[in-house]
Amino acid sequence: MRILLVLFVFLLMSCNQQDVVVPAEGEAAKPVLGDTFIEASIGEPSNLLPVLSSDSASSAINGLVYSGLVRYDKKLVLEGELAEFWEISEDNLTITFHLRKGVVWHDGAPFTSADVMFTYQMYIDPEVPTSYAEDFLQIAKAEALDDYTFRVTYEQPYAPALESWGTSIHPKHLLTGQDVTKSPLSRAPIGTGPFKFIKWDAGEKVVLEANLDYFEGRPYINRIVYRVIPDASTQFLELQSGGLDFMSLTPIQYATQTDTPAFKRNFNKFSYLAFGYTYLGYNLQKPIFQDKKVRQAISYAIDKQELIDGVLLGLGQAATGPYKPDTWVYNAKVKRYDYAPEKARQLLDEAGWVDHDDDGIRDKDGQPFAFTIVTNQGNDLRTKSAEIIQRRLKEVGIEVKIRVVEWATFLKEFIFPGNFDVTILGWTGGPEPDQYNIWHSSKTAPRELNFVKFQNAEVDELLEQGRRTFDQAERKQIYDRFQEILAEEQPYTFLYVGEALPAVAKRFRGIEPAPSGIKHNFIKWYVPASEQKYAR
Amino acid sequence: MLTYLLKRLAMMIPLLIGITLISFVVIHLAPGEPTDMQTDLNPKASAEMRNRLMERYDLDKPLYVQYGKWLGRLVRLDFGESFAQDHRPVMDKIAERLPITIIINVLSILVILLVAVPIGILSAVKRNSPFDRGTTIFVFIGFAMPSFWLALLLMDYFGVRLGLFPIAGLKDIGHEYYSWPGQIWDYVRHMILPVFVSAFGGLAGFSRYMRSNMLEVIRQDYILTARAKGLSERTVIYKHALRNALLPLITILGLSVPGLIGGSVIFETIFAIPGMGKLFYDGVMMRDYPLIMGILVIGAALTLVGNLLADISYAMADPRIRKG
Repeated sequence: MRILLVLFVFLLMSCNQQDVVVPAEGEAAKPVLGDTFIEASIGEPSNLLPVLSSDSASSAINGLVYSGLVRYDKKLVLEGELAEFWEISEDNLTITFHLRKGVVWHDGAPFTSADVMFTYQMYIDPEVPTSYAEDFLQIAKAEALDDYTFRVTYEQPYAPALESWGTSIHPKHLLTGQDVTKSPLSRAPIGTGPFKFIKWDAGEKVVLEANLDYFEGRPYINRIVYRVIPDASTQFLELQSGGLDFMSLTPIQYATQTDTPAFKRNFNKFSYLAFGYTYLGYNLQKPIFQDKKVRQAISYAIDKQELIDGVLLGLGQAATGPYKPDTWVYNAKVKRYDYAPEKARQLLDEAGWVDHDDDGIRDKDGQPFAFTIVTNQGNDLRTKSAEIIQRRLKEVGIEVKIRVVEWATFLKEFIFPGNFDVTILGWTGGPEPDQYNIWHSSKTAPRELNFVKFQNAEVDELLEQGRRTFDQAERKQIYDRFQEILAEEQPYTFLYVGEALPAVAKRFRGIEPAPSGIKHNFIKWYVPASEQKYAR
Repeated sequence: MLTYLLKRLAMMIPLLIGITLISFVVIHLAPGEPTDMQTDLNPKASAEMRNRLMERYDLDKPLYVQYGKWLGRLVRLDFGESFAQDHRPVMDKIAERLPITIIINVLSILVILLVAVPIGILSAVKRNSPFDRGTTIFVFIGFAMPSFWLALLLMDYFGVRLGLFPIAGLKDIGHEYYSWPGQIWDYVRHMILPVFVSAFGGLAGFSRYMRSNMLEVIRQDYILTARAKGLSERTVIYKHALRNALLPLITILGLSVPGLIGGSVIFETIFAIPGMGKLFYDGVMMRDYPLIMGILVIGAALTLVGNLLADISYAMADPRIRKG
């Protein structure tokens, strides 16, 4: 019995190595190698071949394992990754990429233009079930001029083209002549990126290790572990107990639950505007929303600051259009709809919506002004926003009901058949300003993204022009006008842009917040030797 | 006995086909398709590519054709390929999740039996005593308390504050580098909270059932006879009463066989345990038909087998049924 007890204590000690490290201030800033970075993901990655996956867990891992020809730098300007530099022809139809020499795949094979060519052919192959063919179908001709030169020619000038070459390049020598969906690479990827895939424990974790041959030099951190933790509360507890080094906090966690001395001692918190905004979209085919004044009135009646304070706990900004406020394309001079209930009432009166029968609800031709806001289940921020909006609209004499529906049903039964009055949804964007798929009048068919059925000849023309123009100053003019029209027309009431709120364990140094976030220089993050926590 | 068994087994086949047919129709009635996840509201996906996906998965064919194809594969014990983006065989996906679910469920049933049976017996023997009342309150608190809430409280207390147990997952990050007893201890530490939480909720059912069985038996004439013979109270309760009171538990255990593979979504989500419940839930949310059907078929088959096992073992344990 005594032997057993001793063994027990020994085991307890040998496994309890999750000591809390207290970082010392002002330590010498010389990067050193080592340590492990542990991050959590809500869902399990679906597929580690980028061509087949579209979920965020897979993308996060694929982004580190693979590289594209180009990528966004910390200021959101495209820079070369696998391409050293590129040339765009006078007529904007041809892009010639000059590839980096001496890059090797994680299995040691050399990277050449044949891999780029293969990737292009795979994306447009009808047999490959990818959701990303669209950008590549615009290409008229692709040629590998030599091992390190790759040229694509487009049917028409296509401004999003360059960005689309940020797509992960796949290894030809491992995938050629196979059914891509059956490739072992989907569970054990081989790329050219800064981290190599080591292993995947199904439902549990994915482990990556620093690629010692990475063409920009090896990352300082030795390992990354992605743990699958499906519950956000559990993730937060894991973070606090030291089981995670990184997590994107919710507004309530950021604002109130991480204000403890223990948390501040062990973590750095960051906040910056995220790409993406939440909106209230009107079904423009419904007669009541066809009058611009009605839409403007609703926009005036909603207090956006109240939404930001109430829903995001102040961690966000009012949205005025589809672009993020700190990007080059954002137009700060568009018409704003700050909270002004008087203006709202006046506009509604002008539109003929008056409370004739004195029941507190405006009416017109015997019809009360009532509608339903429909949104998807599982997004607490949207549901709360709907409730606040409901109360504000009641004050100007509009009756609102709220309906929350499971995602698949929500799209299939409400959004795509046009079977809704108003919806609260969000779009996530990126630095590329092309919004053709969301606002062009040709994109109103069932399942297409202009489901509010916004139709405006000038916007159509601007969007077409914007896609064909490469010069940023010219594009700025085009998209400025586009934002003016949207602000005037209010097909959506643009509500708010939320903030990304990451927390990172304090032992990680070298983090530089930038317009693109904090992960842009991830390979330069390091942990001082005295604070390293994991030996392997 | 053998013919009875064969007859029962043969009867299971049409039953199983009926279950699969109904399940197949019902899940296809739910709005949404497996392709939606990849294509809906995705600015980079075109209508043409959606059709390509539909064709690939046979979703453009009438339902009876789809069912026929599925059944054809099932006969060859092929559950097909998942519609999820990993395109893996359904069998593989189930096989990697099954062991952990079974282990946790078996452990939790063992804990329930070890705790609930004695509680049930003692409450019956000392009916209406403070012990009876106290345990009744205790087991009903377990029954009524939301498991996710209890789990979070325990994780916060034992995991974050005391640092005693790991919070989630099945093993430490450095698990591979531990010695083998270290690895086993690592597993045990990770299992304590999940098994406790999952067993706590199940105590009420078993202990109350045990209690009422026992009360029933104690009132029987043969117990009176045993007491009249002058046997000690101990012998009366543990030899004569207990054996008979345990019999109906066999039925309950048989009925919990299908439960062994069914995980709980909430529970698995909270503890980050990759089990069957989460797999099934994600499958439903993505409308991954082959995966849903695969799990349903296994569940249905186990339910039928469990019933059969319960009947057989009951017959073996109780001579009245065997001979009657």
